[in-house]
Amino acid sequence: MKNTLDEIVRQYREKEGNVIFLLQETQEALGYIPEEAIYYFAEELAIPPSRFYGVVTFYSQFHLKPRGKNIVSVCCGTACHVKGGSKIADRVQKDLDVAVDGETTKDGLFTFEVVRCIGACSIAPVVLINNKAFAEMTADETSKIIKKMKKEESDAATN
Amino acid sequence: MQQQTEENKRKLIVRVCIGTGGLAAGGKEVIAAFKKAINDFCVDIDLDFTCHYQKVGCRGFCARDVLVDVVDGDKSVTYQGIKPDIAKRIVREHLIEGKPVTEWLIDDSYYAFHSKQHKILLKDCGTIDPEDIQAYINVGGYEGIKKILSGMTPDEVINEIKASGIRGRGGAGFPTGVKWDACRKAPGDRKYIVCNADEGDPGAFMDRSVIEGNPHSVIEGMMIAAYAIGSSLGYVYIRAEYPSAVERLKLAIAQAHEIGYLGNRVFGSDFSFDLRIKLGAGAFVCGEETALIASIEGERGMPRAKPPFPVHKGLWGMPTVINNVETLSNIPYIIRNGSAWYASIGTEKSRGTKVFALTGKVKNTGLIEVPMGIRLGEIIYDIGGGIIGNKQFKAVQLGGPSGGCIPHHLLDTPVTYEDIMQTGAIVGSGGMVVLDENDCMVNIAKFFLEFTQAESCGKCVPCRIGTKRLLEILDRFTKGLGKDGDIELLEKLCNDIKVTSLCGLGQTAPNPILSTLKYFREEYEAHIKEKRCPAKVCKDLLTYGILEEFCKGCGACLRACPAKAITGEKKKPHKLDSSICIKCGACFDVCKFKAVGRE
Ligand SMILES: Cc1cc2nc3c(=O)[nH]c(=O)nc-3n(C[C@H](O)[C@H](O)[C@H](O)COP(=O)(O)O)c2cc1C
Repeated sequence: MKNTLDEIVRQYREKEGNVIFLLQETQEALGYIPEEAIYYFAEELAIPPSRFYGVVTFYSQFHLKPRGKNIVSVCCGTACHVKGGSKIADRVQKDLDVAVDGETTKDGLFTFEVVRCIGACSIAPVVLINNKAFAEMTADETSKIIKKMKKEESDAATN
Repeated sequence: MQQQTEENKRKLIVRVCIGTGGLAAGGKEVIAAFKKAINDFCVDIDLDFTCHYQKVGCRGFCARDVLVDVVDGDKSVTYQGIKPDIAKRIVREHLIEGKPVTEWLIDDSYYAFHSKQHKILLKDCGTIDPEDIQAYINVGGYEGIKKILSGMTPDEVINEIKASGIRGRGGAGFPTGVKWDACRKAPGDRKYIVCNADEGDPGAFMDRSVIEGNPHSVIEGMMIAAYAIGSSLGYVYIRAEYPSAVERLKLAIAQAHEIGYLGNRVFGSDFSFDLRIKLGAGAFVCGEETALIASIEGERGMPRAKPPFPVHKGLWGMPTVINNVETLSNIPYIIRNGSAWYASIGTEKSRGTKVFALTGKVKNTGLIEVPMGIRLGEIIYDIGGGIIGNKQFKAVQLGGPSGGCIPHHLLDTPVTYEDIMQTGAIVGSGGMVVLDENDCMVNIAKFFLEFTQAESCGKCVPCRIGTKRLLEILDRFTKGLGKDGDIELLEKLCNDIKVTSLCGLGQTAPNPILSTLKYFREEYEAHIKEKRCPAKVCKDLLTYGILEEFCKGCGACLRACPAKAITGEKKKPHKLDSSICIKCGACFDVCKFKAVGRE
């Protein structure tokens, strides 16, 4: 990890970056923001760690914990809401057995998320699975896809 | 027969929508299917045409994606709802045998959808390849900036923009020319132009579609603005949630650099301009201009008190113009065609066109561009084709979390900044969500308050604590715990938050409540006094049961019930145990015999 962080610091100096830049690059490279990264940057660049935490917790894009291998995001923007987005979210939560938005399954395979509008409102309700948008979804169809993914994951694990 | 040479073959263009809607409906797969089909046929027959594929941005009518044009010389045919397996038929019957496949051709609703629109920005959006700068140049792109660099002073540009009457499309409707003028006159060593592409408003995708479909118009608009205010560096602040828009914009900037349209001494003039992209990190409040500035500077995106306004003290403390995507992408068209042309569209105080994301319970959902002054009813019934399933229209929501709901009796309201404001909503950035009889207005108000409460940055007390209290009261209503006097408390709190919050987020957060209270007060009262949700949405106020006289015992509800609350034998009426029922409504949705009751 140290090499990755060093490279990010180098780019930060070269491009006159800022705290958000450091965090975005870290998350891009590592998938989340490990605590060590924050302390490493703080030390290296003489920026108090509190400033990093302030920014990390302000923006919904940053994650302090590792995320699942697959990300299932259910859109609950206005158009998706009126077309039943929350029903889909309830079902995904049940299927994955997770309690809250942003939670990852114990096996680390799935993260469930509620997102507020991805700008695909004309094909609402929308579910994003690993960044692919699925249009005009229902709870049943979403459930089927998740079942299939679970099976593929367990097949891959046994092979 | 003599083999035809490549050059004298007919040249066909197959144009496929790869906007967000098009992609989700399988746009890429459709292109691949066309290519494969043509290759397969090539083996057996010598085709008398060559085929060129063009990817285009959003054409607007997303409800009918994937939309495909087949252009043969000056003849163009449009297909709707195309899936990969239909591509092969189109290649054989239309491209090879010359007979368009009638059952997939666009129908009357496509024409109705376009009938009352007036497309300026979206005209190029659906026809040019957004990944090719030359496509934009071919339709007159970058003529605007060339025109001003070869003989207009910054003041002349500003006067032209003022004369056009264009007002900011980001929500507030501030006159763009006046904003530029203030920035031009403000003292400062450096000045900045910032394009606000944060589009945090849930239910809106206008800016996304413009950037994905016509990114160069935004770049050209920023160049013109930069020239007018005296800036040589611009930023586009764009949501990270829009990866394909970011990619297209990056590509567009790179292409503009490559041919020398961006960089030093543009077109051999003294004007230099460069453009950087800053990715948002997911915070609605960062759409507010002072918060946006803090975010570009790498900090928590918290707004500050105004004045000083960004035109005097903006990015890095320097005079800065912040304009919305749609505002900026109108600019090249105004410069190219003249302010008089632009001012001739729309009404006296609201000129030009406005792009809306028409969604919710209308038949024809999609992206539309209409002349200002069009009536709401025309948008919903003529362009939108009315309500899905012929249900009753209930309200149309404009302006998202800062806006309000407009009821049926006001559908004659013209879409202008002033008239919409009169109703208690705002034109806003362009989200237009249509609601029908099955939508509960208390639930809708609560939905928006959940949003604003979660997105409140926490800096000022009225917004941080006030929105929380508002949400708690609404939540009580939806759970049947409302009390006498709650509505009055809600109204008082709303008015206090409006006048005391620091930024637009808090100042407008009560609007969804106030406007629904104004037009749907009886619905609130039903929740409070009768503990009843008339639209049958609020879960806690509903009970489900099976009506034995209608139940055929098909077992659909039993299988659908995730809580196993339904029991029964095949072909005999089933039973629902309400003590186990989680009120998810799955049984209600699947029953074909109307045998599930919901009260
Ligand atoms: C909470 C909040 C969110 C906003 N979000 C956006 C946004 O996403 N996009 C936008 O263009 N303007 C947004 N605005 C308005 C901007 O502050 C600003 O008025 C606008 O970008 C100015 O551009 P215009 O004059 O071209 O409309 C928002 C304002 C507030 C208070």
